Amino acid sequence: MFSTNPQVDRHGELRHLLSIEGLPAALITRILDAAQPYAESEQKKQPVLTGKSVFNIFFENSTRTRTTFEIAAKRLSADVINLAMNTSSTAKGETLLDTVDNLAAMQADMFIVRHGSSGAPYLIAQHLAATGRNHISVVNAGDGRHAHPTQGLLDMYTIRHYKKDFTNLTVAIVGDVLHSRVARSQIHALTTLGVPEVRVIAPKTLVPAGMERMGVRVFNSMSDGLRGVDVVMMLRLQNERMQGALLPSTHEYFKTYGLTPEKLALAKPDAIVLHPGPMNRGVEIDSAVADGKQAVILPQVSFGIAVRMAVMAMLGGKA
Amino acid sequence: MKLHIKGGRLIDPANKIDALGDLFIADGAVVGRQVGAGGTAMAGFTPESVLDATGCVVCPGLIDLSARLREPGSEYRATLESEMAAAVAGGVTRLACPPDTDPPLDEPGLVSMLAHRSRQPGFARVHPVGALTMQLKGERLTEMAQLAEAGCVAFGQASRSIVDTQVLLRALSYAATFNFPVWLQAQDPFLSRGVAHAGEVAARLGLAGVSVAAETIALSGLLQLVRETGARVHVRRLSSAAGLEMLTAARKEGLPVTCDVTINHLHLTDMDIGYFNPHARLDPPLRSQRDRDALRAGLASGAIDVLCSDHSPVDDDAKLLPFEEAEVGATGLELLLPLTLKWANECKVPLATAIGRVTADPARILGVPDYGLSAGQLADVCVFDPQAYTAVTRETLRSQGKNTPFLGLELPGKVRYTLIDGQLAYDGTQD
Repeated sequence: MFSTNPQVDRHGELRHLLSIEGLPAALITRILDAAQPYAESEQKKQPVLTGKSVFNIFFENSTRTRTTFEIAAKRLSADVINLAMNTSSTAKGETLLDTVDNLAAMQADMFIVRHGSSGAPYLIAQHLAATGRNHISVVNAGDGRHAHPTQGLLDMYTIRHYKKDFTNLTVAIVGDVLHSRVARSQIHALTTLGVPEVRVIAPKTLVPAGMERMGVRVFNSMSDGLRGVDVVMMLRLQNERMQGALLPSTHEYFKTYGLTPEKLALAKPDAIVLHPGPMNRGVEIDSAVADGKQAVILPQVSFGIAVRMAVMAMLGGKA
Repeated sequence: MKLHIKGGRLIDPANKIDALGDLFIADGAVVGRQVGAGGTAMAGFTPESVLDATGCVVCPGLIDLSARLREPGSEYRATLESEMAAAVAGGVTRLACPPDTDPPLDEPGLVSMLAHRSRQPGFARVHPVGALTMQLKGERLTEMAQLAEAGCVAFGQASRSIVDTQVLLRALSYAATFNFPVWLQAQDPFLSRGVAHAGEVAARLGLAGVSVAAETIALSGLLQLVRETGARVHVRRLSSAAGLEMLTAARKEGLPVTCDVTINHLHLTDMDIGYFNPHARLDPPLRSQRDRDALRAGLASGAIDVLCSDHSPVDDDAKLLPFEEAEVGATGLELLLPLTLKWANECKVPLATAIGRVTADPARILGVPDYGLSAGQLADVCVFDPQAYTAVTRETLRSQGKNTPFLGLELPGKVRYTLIDGQLAYDGTQD
């Protein structure tokens, strides 16, 4: 039950989107291609998922991601139901799978799931398969430290938009990789799409053991790691990580790993800067960079809706 | 009841026997053994029943040094009845249960009650391991002498660490006063806070890592205190190559330490977490292939004394959760023998040596008298077919715990008969 990858069916088609790991490059490219017309279209309503029910099941707080999924589903004409589970029945002691069973009984077609524990969407997908409800698709909207595949895909869309080709790039991912599901999805996407050099830049306390086995080069200093890169992907530093034994202070973090114009000058002159949002100005990124001409942070947000539309359309069977 | 176990391969590691032969049992004890042709009768012995052991191995009943019965306190997960049925179906005739019941085994009355409840015909013999500290909190010592009188064979902390090293030193000294063995898991309470081995798999899956240092730091401190107190310490559930190296060095030095490994750590690695399989959520976490290979070699050479099941029935509600939220533990009593054989096959370990790790070696650690297949010894016997296979499914497992990473596999070996006190406790020929 837990030994096979449940997200691709035996014809290689997407069944669920749980992680970028294990998706072939051709399939990732197909998703990006499918997103392009949505990104370029002026039309705000398309009859792709008419009559389908999309359930946003968020066990963790999120405004931004939930909203973009909601917008994407509505533009595809789906009915969207938003459930904030931390205030709902799980708080009353219902198990995750009981919740899933109940929602499945409400004739759901798609679950968009965010959960604080790594792997929760896998458990849901496996449970649906084991109980013969394979028609319901699961989209991982972020699970613990594990994956945030639509974020990874929208980042790839953004990079492709500005850089065209992945196979001649050097990309640096900067910040709290240890706790970041975004970083893991980015790494899988970049390595699968053939980026020859993926770098991770962080203090040793924020890099998990065995990181280099994911196909990245680990740097502990910005001056070494940023040199000559084409793309800088910043990660958000969660407030709760700033105290304690991982980092001494925000001030010191900004001084050593914050992206300032001076540090960005080490990258290629045409390097672009991405951030998954929400940003902590003065912590991981200087306002001069965040608002500068190399930042593509706002385009990321619009591309994000198109990419999520493409994923949902593909799972709904029409892309 | 007079029994003749006819024509099997007698393997009795304690008495250094491995030959075809016959075993004769009367009044709960072995009364005779004939080695040679196999299938011969004993002069002057008229059996009331003959068990055909052709093609089977006849060995002393297995001893499992770590099996949770969930009584008292968690009877919804398992009961003595369900777990004893699992034990005898697995050829296990004797087991030690860790003190992490609810309440913990820190009070002589509780231990007497458990010992009394488990003393029933057809049940495996139960040896409670008493709590080393009250409530397993690592603060106050338990009444060890009285607990021993009530039936405790050793003292331990189950999966809990003693954070205060002063308390640990005193607990070891006090136990050493009476020469009580202390069974501890080497785990630093702070470094062991994650859910998977700190390595590639945990990095990829986004699971909080537990570094090998969680084991080696605790082990280093523990060995230092053994040196100081002379306490007899059995290290439970060893998980790493580095830990094994330290223990091997300590034994060379002459320290009175022994150790065991679980069936899960002997066969699996962190790769077996696969797609967040909660059945692979174990304590200590499954480690790398290098570690597993070292544990397999160590068990073969005897650097690791014992293989145990670390049987921990967990109900589905606590197990079918996202990996990091799932409760640790796996069912194992019925898998101990098949996984011993699987290891022996894969690592080319002589069958008699392999059987020793689940019979004579744990008997030595427990200090069991009259254990073996010689005349006068207790007739606790396991007869199994090494050529047959055991299917591990939710339906076939007798334990109330259906949680194991081996679910769905067919494993070598099938128990035909289990005898306790010369009485048939399990007959697997009907399955």
